[in-house]
Amino acid sequence: MLTILALASVILLGIVPQQSEAIVIYTGWERHALVGSDIRLSCSFFSWRWTSDDVTFSWSYRADGARDSISVFHYTGGSPYVDNKGPFRDRLEFVGNPGRRDGSILLKNLDYGDNGTFTCDAKNPPDIVGRASSVRLLVFEKVPIQAGVITGAIIGAVLGLLVLVVVIYYLMRFLVARRVFNLSVSKHGKKGKGKEGSQQRQLWRPPPVTCLPLTS
Amino acid sequence: MLLILLAVLILHLIILVLLFVSTIANAWTVGGTKNTDLWYSCLTTNVGYHCSSASNEDWIQAVQALMVLSVLFCLFSLVFFMCQLFTLVKGGRFFFTAVFQILASLFVMCGAIIYTVMRPDGEKDAAFGFAYILAWVSFPLCLPPLTAMCE
Repeated sequence: MLTILALASVILLGIVPQQSEAIVIYTGWERHALVGSDIRLSCSFFSWRWTSDDVTFSWSYRADGARDSISVFHYTGGSPYVDNKGPFRDRLEFVGNPGRRDGSILLKNLDYGDNGTFTCDAKNPPDIVGRASSVRLLVFEKVPIQAGVITGAIIGAVLGLLVLVVVIYYLMRFLVARRVFNLSVSKHGKKGKGKEGSQQRQLWRPPPVTCLPLTS
Repeated sequence: MLLILLAVLILHLIILVLLFVSTIANAWTVGGTKNTDLWYSCLTTNVGYHCSSASNEDWIQAVQALMVLSVLFCLFSLVFFMCQLFTLVKGGRFFFTAVFQILASLFVMCGAIIYTVMRPDGEKDAAFGFAYILAWVSFPLCLPPLTAMCE
């Protein structure tokens, strides 16, 4: 019993300081983009301390199938440093706001070679203990409108509207009839019950069709 | 009285057949060796007859949808006509039949108009095919049945 209490207190004491010191970084999980388009990779963090002036952001890239990652972006001392030698030369732009804990970058003119994992690491001194977060980038080629998608959509929409109108019509009729029935029951008691609903069946005769120029 | 109803029924069937043929047949635009329409665009070369799917553009898909919808609504109108023929009480009107028929003719008109306006021109000796003409013919044919079911 005592050992359990001691263990619990040690664990709690161990967790709480970590919680108040660790920095938590948020990026997306996966991003999809089309060839030739631009994409914004967002990175933000949560820290128990105020955002200091020495906050740093650091992005690194590991291509699909490669084993090590290269650093492509670094923000420190109030100024961003973009990649000017690697695969993202002239294609990377810093669009974040460090004062608001945002370290997002913009990747322009994507290509198939940009498939890979981007890792964002942020540090907010003295809050430096944290786990970097990764976002996976997937680049697709252009997908034109498939044959039949619009056709099916239009047909489905119109038929759905038709079904909806029919359902609403019958619902209104049912509700109105029920309301009238309730009113009549409360008024006349049991007297008015047996009179409705006995339409007599006649021999079939063609329904009368009145038409101005063709009256028979 | 019976004759009028029979005439209306026959007219309904004729319109339905016209719409079916117009939607299915491969002849909205015919040229020398090429005939395109809603679904395929086919070319007759000296080797054989090659077909590829029609372009994926928005307007062709809209025309396809409208033609199919018009066929469906004409079918519904026919079904309603048969139903109401046997269950209509005295003094009733063929309301739903007329509504569905109007909608079918409207859809055919819209489809034919869209096709007329957006047709790719520039093909040498490309003329409108019989399916296109059938679509336009079936549009005003819907009106006489309406007058037969008038108020």
